[in-house]
Amino acid sequence: MNTDSIFSSLDISHYIYLSSVLFCIGLFGVLTRRNAIVLLMCIELMLNAVNLLFVAFSSYMGDSAGQLFVFFIMVVAAAEAAVGLAIIVMIYRNVRSTDVGLFDKLKG
Amino acid sequence: MSTLFLALLLPVFGFLFSGIAGKHLPEKITGWISSLTILGSFVLSIGIFNDVANATSGIAAVGFNFLSVGDVIVDFAIQADRLTSIMMLVITGIGFLIHVYSISYMHGDPGFYKFFAYLNLFVFNMLVLVMGSNFLMLFFGWEGVGLCSYLLIGFWYENESYGKAARKAFIMNRIGDLGLLIGLFLIIANFKSLNYSEVMAAASTGAVSTEVITAICVALFVGAMGKSAQIPLYTWLPDAMAGPTPVSALIHAATMVTAGIYLVVRCNVLFELAPAAQQLILWVGLATSILAALIGLKQNDIKKVLAYSTVSQLGLMFIALGIGAYSAAMFHLITHAFFKALLFLGSGSVIHALGGEQDIRKMGGLKKAMPITYYTFLIGTLAISGMPLFSGFFSKDEILATLFAQNTLVWALTVVSALITGIYMFRVFLVTFHGGFRGTHEQEHHLHESPALITFPLIVLALLSLLGGLINLPELFTQNNAQWLKHWLNPIIGASQESLHHPEHHTEWLLMAIAVGAFVVALLYTRNKYIAKQSIPESDAEMTDLAKLSSNKFYVDELYDKAVVTPTEIIGDTLQKTDDSIFIGAIGGVNKLFGSIANGFKFIQNGKIHYYLLYMVAGIVIIMALNLFR
Repeated sequence: MNTDSIFSSLDISHYIYLSSVLFCIGLFGVLTRRNAIVLLMCIELMLNAVNLLFVAFSSYMGDSAGQLFVFFIMVVAAAEAAVGLAIIVMIYRNVRSTDVGLFDKLKG
Repeated sequence: MSTLFLALLLPVFGFLFSGIAGKHLPEKITGWISSLTILGSFVLSIGIFNDVANATSGIAAVGFNFLSVGDVIVDFAIQADRLTSIMMLVITGIGFLIHVYSISYMHGDPGFYKFFAYLNLFVFNMLVLVMGSNFLMLFFGWEGVGLCSYLLIGFWYENESYGKAARKAFIMNRIGDLGLLIGLFLIIANFKSLNYSEVMAAASTGAVSTEVITAICVALFVGAMGKSAQIPLYTWLPDAMAGPTPVSALIHAATMVTAGIYLVVRCNVLFELAPAAQQLILWVGLATSILAALIGLKQNDIKKVLAYSTVSQLGLMFIALGIGAYSAAMFHLITHAFFKALLFLGSGSVIHALGGEQDIRKMGGLKKAMPITYYTFLIGTLAISGMPLFSGFFSKDEILATLFAQNTLVWALTVVSALITGIYMFRVFLVTFHGGFRGTHEQEHHLHESPALITFPLIVLALLSLLGGLINLPELFTQNNAQWLKHWLNPIIGASQESLHHPEHHTEWLLMAIAVGAFVVALLYTRNKYIAKQSIPESDAEMTDLAKLSSNKFYVDELYDKAVVTPTEIIGDTLQKTDDSIFIGAIGGVNKLFGSIANGFKFIQNGKIHYYLLYMVAGIVIIMALNLFR
């Protein structure tokens, strides 16, 4: 069975609904969770929701520019995750916690 | 032409050299190069003097346009006429001697290079003052010497009272400078020019009314009062003795304080047209001369005595100017520069030998230890007291003789002033050098004659004090070459002095006998008191009322303090309080208003990342919602 045909047979609106739902889940997680690692994961989820939308539209419009964007976003997201995790590790060593509610030392 | 500029700018070179490189060079090099620049200036001044002697009118040079406002154009122009060339010789000649003296006197001072830089800057400014060919140049030099005077009085600024003395000198001079400035403005307004030649020419045509010229002259004289330490602005000069002794000799005795005399002589055409201003000068000079002499009688600080003596002698010069005897005033200016510089340098030598002691009650018997200082100081004392045939005798006699013919009352009072001068000078001299030593044992052990660099200027100045009278011998003594200085200055002041008549010869002999009589009385009185009776000046507690009055300078400083300083401070404090309550209050109110508004919103920035994310999402949602319902 040709996978290509399965994906193309689905209506574009399904992709939009799915990615919207994913994005909102990610956003909800970012706003409610306090664990910094979970926060990073939620951000990743939001990014991938956007990626999905890009790819869907790229296929729908027959334009490969969307897929190029996705690669860029994945690279940046990986870098961001690496840096973010490193920061979290450093913070954890200092305060023995990854609760973002405690990270308010720069408050004016 | 260029000689003029070279003579003017050599001290600037010395100033820059000492100021920039002097810190990193040995004292000897800094000191000698500074001194040599002044010597160079002196040599050039001799050349200029020679040129002036051969030229019909002075020589001049224009540097650049200083300023031009409307139809008033002022150039950075210098000139050398007969008056200027004499002043240049005095300034650079004595300046050089004092530089040489300072090399030894300031030895080991951490500010050695600074001292020479200031001293050179002073010579430059003083040269600008006398060489300028317009009033603005004079003002430039006038302020410049004031600045240098301030810097040098406060040279040992770690001592707070010295710093205060410097400020006092500066502020009192500012009061005088205001008068000078007003005079300059009046000149611009009425003559449309600041050039000496144009102003004098316009004034003598009678284009400007007498009232205006009188106002100008009084304003200029107020300037002279400040710089030349006349009542009521004289109190800074005695305090200026806080500076190192060479400074007192150069600035506060020989040159800067004579700037006021120079100004009046330079403007003699104007002053001749304003008899009222001349009367003012005469009486101010007389009052200053007597008051300062009386104060000098009971001072126990060797430099303070000399300072009051300077004030008194300057008063004498103003008396001469007041009756229009300009050449006599110039003559006394020159001889006074010689013997007063000598006396100050001599006192410096004494202070040096005693390790900084200035109280004559703790000196005594220095004759044996310091013969050169003793004999040169003796010559200086004799010259200022009017010992016959010394320079001071001739210059005082010239003033007294002219005075007698004009105003007998002033003449009599001036003789009294001269008598007091003799008394306080012999008092200082005898108490310092005769009798037994009254200092500590350690000081006695260290007593020594000063090194050659200090004694050399003393000897040269002693010779000048001895022979200075030769430049203006009275006609009584010689028929040819009599009154050389008067004839030399004739092109500048001749017209103003024409009406002055000298008394008859037999009267003049009589006047001279009276002056010598005053000198002898002073000598005998002090000799009796300080040598025969061996008395030393009493301590402050033992003084009688009159002596106390004199010793406390007639409480003039206290009077000024009560009458001027305290009210000014009260006004200042009141204004400060007003300022604090009204302006600071109003501005502070605005500040507080915005502060409280900002405080109200401060809770938004609580540092919690959740809230920031929430604000961001809320913002995005609002933007999207607005887009949707647009």
